[in-house]
Amino acid sequence: MTATLPHRVAGDPVVSDEPEPPSRVSVRIPLLVATGVLLVAALLGISIGPAGVSLSDTVGSLLVHVPFLHIHTRASHLDQAIVWQIRLPRVVLAGLVGAMLAAGGASYQGVFRNPLADPYLLGVAAGAGLGATIVIVSGPGLSELLPVAAFVGGVGAVVLTYLVGANTGGRASGPSILLAGVAVAALLTAIQTYLQQRNAQDLQQVYTWILGRLTVASWSDVVLILPYVAVSAFVLLAHRRMLDVLRVGEDEAGSLGVDPARVRLVVVAAATLGTAAAVSVSGLIGFVGIIAPHAVRLATNSSYRVVVPVSMIGGAAFLILADLGARTVQAPDEIPIGVVTALVGAPFFLFVLRSKRARQGVL
Amino acid sequence: MNKHTTRRLLAAAVVIPVVLALGCTSSPTAAPAAATNTAYPVVIHAANGTVTIAHRPTAIVSLTPTGTEMLYAIGAGAQIKAVDKNSDYPAGAPITSLDGNSPNVEAIVNYKPDLVVVSDDPAGFQSQLSALGIPVLEDPAANTLAQSYQQYLQLGQATGHSAGAQTEVAHVKAQIAQVVAATPKPTTSESYYYELDQTYFSATSSTFIGNMFRLLGLKNIADASADAASSGGYPQLNAEYILKANPTYIFLADTICCAQNATSVAARPGWSTLSAVANHRIVPLNDDIASRWGPRVVTLLQDVANTVKAQRRAPAA
Repeated sequence: MTATLPHRVAGDPVVSDEPEPPSRVSVRIPLLVATGVLLVAALLGISIGPAGVSLSDTVGSLLVHVPFLHIHTRASHLDQAIVWQIRLPRVVLAGLVGAMLAAGGASYQGVFRNPLADPYLLGVAAGAGLGATIVIVSGPGLSELLPVAAFVGGVGAVVLTYLVGANTGGRASGPSILLAGVAVAALLTAIQTYLQQRNAQDLQQVYTWILGRLTVASWSDVVLILPYVAVSAFVLLAHRRMLDVLRVGEDEAGSLGVDPARVRLVVVAAATLGTAAAVSVSGLIGFVGIIAPHAVRLATNSSYRVVVPVSMIGGAAFLILADLGARTVQAPDEIPIGVVTALVGAPFFLFVLRSKRARQGVL
Repeated sequence: MNKHTTRRLLAAAVVIPVVLALGCTSSPTAAPAAATNTAYPVVIHAANGTVTIAHRPTAIVSLTPTGTEMLYAIGAGAQIKAVDKNSDYPAGAPITSLDGNSPNVEAIVNYKPDLVVVSDDPAGFQSQLSALGIPVLEDPAANTLAQSYQQYLQLGQATGHSAGAQTEVAHVKAQIAQVVAATPKPTTSESYYYELDQTYFSATSSTFIGNMFRLLGLKNIADASADAASSGGYPQLNAEYILKANPTYIFLADTICCAQNATSVAARPGWSTLSAVANHRIVPLNDDIASRWGPRVVTLLQDVANTVKAQRRAPAA
């Protein structure tokens, strides 16, 4: 595959910190817009819910938890519990997971120079699904281990992909890793499907997990994944300029002083840790990792320096809104979050494909 | 003869006079366990269409746990050759590795069955069995007690135990009526949340279990479900909705699958504010019994009624 946009980035300074006044502006505006959208999404997410807690009670329930404020609220204990222990952790968790998936997707698209890449490309989802399925079919006593098993499964799958995809010299090229990822995902999914069919009585639980389980989000989930997401986000943000260099092609990047294989390894490691952590508590939520980066790219038509951070914020906003839909559209029923994101994501993705083709005559 | 059969026979001895008095038995001389009061071939109009059974079956394969329980209850246990891996009741049923959810036709045929009882038709395997000349009787998950009674009678007809089936139906009816009669009516509105797993899947009143609970005058919080039809009566409820509904009772049908109990429910974030938690109205149920529509529905109803009675005699503050 050749780079599609060499004219935009070939001359970008990579290693130096030479100032670029026009693009500084172009980073700031999308960031501000995305942050604004995120704030609105978060406010909507916190203030709307099937329990119908009034806005003043919702605000009161939140303010009583602000230290040193000593606010008293008329909200009942039940309403306070609903807002603080059920709704808010769910909004926060959706935001973290959305941010992680979007940043992971954007980074993978850059590092593999493939617009179809998403954070599940190298087997995280298949591995996490297998880990979760093993715990579910092993019996009810192990349910505490579910996030751990999903995390280990997700990380293990990517490690396996890298081992399989590495050339004899121990170096791994982009395409060989991608193919290894496809094979590993197929293998692990086959095992997962076998286990699930052998234990049909647990089918419902397995499916519920696969379709996404923000329904039972709690603060402990937030605390569990926050360190991984934070480290992962930091590393991905730090490498976003490298992704722009990789767009010119591996050989050209090498001549510019960037080691593509090393960048790929660091980015994949960081994205895998974060994605596996997110998936371990949220289940497999699809399409966020594809639509958020592409939406940002379409809107800003800019480089990874902009796309990675803005997608991160946009992905958080998108998943918060998708989850709001999941819990309110058919209230008091839940719609699986994975269904909502795919339902919105699939048509959007088709739109992206068509518009890209229209603009560039490719794909 | 196992304990279960003995109990059924004793129960039948009590109930038969009732049945006779009601005049709803076709064969007054029949004794449930021994009778072959059916003239073969019999034609049954079941969920899977018209089923013709040429001879009294003596090698039944049951791939449905509820069907297995019903067969034993009507006295056809001795004719059962194999049951599926989930048919864990009554003790002594010839349990095998057969899987009713993903059945293997060759494995079933291996038992040389002359009747196969199923609750659904995954991957269209019924037509394969029919092609081999093996009659298949489908008794799908019942939504009402009336539907379950119908299934007893069909199984009775198919196996030559019509009288046994009628006796069992009368027995279940009488016991349910007794439990309901012995339970005081609610003085205030009482609601419940019925939990199928710890991600808040529930069952509405349109389901079999929901119908049972309605007999005791309980309101189901899942009935507010926006689109009960599309969820098949088993919606996934929203956590904050459950909290806001603040049900009088919480019934846990996920004690086996998901190891839930009163302690684990009370420990969920925010759930300690619920009155059912504060008043100890969390009722653990046996998942298996609660998911079947066979003879043990009486046990289930009795468990629920005991809790409800305690609440209604001493209403919580």
